[in-house]
Amino acid sequence: MTNQILIAGFGGQGVLFAGKFLAYKGLLEEKQISWLPSYGPEMRGGTANCSVIISDEPVGSPIVSNPDALIAMNLPSLDKYEPAVAPGGKVFIDSTLIDRKALRDDIDAYYIPATKMAADAGIPTLANMIILGKMIKETGAVSFENLLDAMKKVVSAKHAELMDVNIKALETGYNYQD
Amino acid sequence: MGEKVLMKGNEAIAEAAIKAGCRHYFGYPITPQTELAAYMAKRMPKIGGVFLQAESEVAAINMVYGVAGTGKRVMTSSSSPGVSLKQEGISYIAGADLPALIVNVQRGGPGLGGIQPSQSDYFQATKGGGHGDYRLIVLAPASVQEMADLTVKGFDLSDKYCVPAMLLADGTMGQMMEPVDLEGITETKTEKPWAVTGTEGKRKHNIVNSLYLNPEKLEQKNFERYETYKTIEQNECMWESFMMDDAEICVVAFGIAARVSKNAVVAARKEGIKVGLIRPITLWPFPKAPLAQAADKVKGFISVELSMGQMIEDVKLAIDCRKPVALCNRTGGMIPTPEQVLASIRNMAKEDT
Repeated sequence: MTNQILIAGFGGQGVLFAGKFLAYKGLLEEKQISWLPSYGPEMRGGTANCSVIISDEPVGSPIVSNPDALIAMNLPSLDKYEPAVAPGGKVFIDSTLIDRKALRDDIDAYYIPATKMAADAGIPTLANMIILGKMIKETGAVSFENLLDAMKKVVSAKHAELMDVNIKALETGYNYQD
Repeated sequence: MGEKVLMKGNEAIAEAAIKAGCRHYFGYPITPQTELAAYMAKRMPKIGGVFLQAESEVAAINMVYGVAGTGKRVMTSSSSPGVSLKQEGISYIAGADLPALIVNVQRGGPGLGGIQPSQSDYFQATKGGGHGDYRLIVLAPASVQEMADLTVKGFDLSDKYCVPAMLLADGTMGQMMEPVDLEGITETKTEKPWAVTGTEGKRKHNIVNSLYLNPEKLEQKNFERYETYKTIEQNECMWESFMMDDAEICVVAFGIAARVSKNAVVAARKEGIKVGLIRPITLWPFPKAPLAQAADKVKGFISVELSMGQMIEDVKLAIDCRKPVALCNRTGGMIPTPEQVLASIRNMAKEDT
């Protein structure tokens, strides 16, 4: 089983962080994983994405060109990557920021108002983890147990208070029904 | 086996170097290798090492030259345009028979080029980017684990032969994170009686120099150095063979191109095409023997590269042009897709022999 995941959005939305958490979650489940960020002269407000592969087999190319799961946190990301999604793949759309539907009918689209949900819950910077929670629910790419173990790997002990809110955000997304 | 951690390739190089006993790092920031310098800046002061951001790449490589002369493990890192600037110093280090590790996390060129991954410094790394008769030991990692392991190997080989080593990575390898185990890494100590460490009045001066005004002496020096190179060619070639046992087509690729090619080889096998991959791990010495052996069995080779085709020349030389060698490439910061490599494999499979 191999999951090829692409997480894309604006710089500052935490797409690299969400990918890093996902990668560590896979690692702790003894899966083979790779994490590859886009890099460039990008900054807050520019576009950012990362490729995460979680597999039972050794990972070949770390570049995800045809994702099984796409998280799109802004319109440019959906425009750019929707055509690349593998047939039968899943697309997770932040419907607060993207006001169009998926154009393809051979993929499953999930609409999560993640940015609004995050603001309503008083965790405005954690839309990334809300939408990631939904993706984990629908793909089963990693299990939803022992979230704290993986969280400890990506949040430094200095900011321990952030672990609980990140987990809360994941759970909010995981339990969201559209 | 220790606990696996997720690290960027650039960070894995830095931590592996420290574990291998490197306490001197001189560099200058440039994308996509900057994380390496940043990691050194953070760690070196805590362990009594030296991190110095030099005023330029030229200064950094000459600081490396100086420390190498004292016999300490020393490294510098940069990306393509920065490595071009270092070439004079690299030639001096080679000419003075000193060990040192130079890391090139390649980006697209020529000129300032771009900042996306590339393999177009292959010629520069393997054929002598600086002046004079010399070689570098060139290692090409294809995973974050190998970024670490080949850093250690680079120091060890460089110390063993007194030949500078280069780790030739690319932007993808530098930026990606994969699980890596750094637990087993230790420093291999090498006797360095040639080092300039102060005589304390007890021995003759050691002299580190690359200037030989007497041409007979310089020729002799070059002859001796090429004897060492011959030994390295005989003993230190490294490569990986993948699905080559019954292969009728041989893909040749290193670094990120090999990772992409593996996907294509697996996909082609599912279509019933007998194809395998030889991945050179040392680019110099180039693993000629496995390619020459493959040439007896396969109908052709495909060199997959992130360049206009540089390694392909060494593939042709290794097999004495006995079989056709096709090129499958992207350049300028673009990476071939597995589908592109698969299409090349299908093309060669269709051709009559």
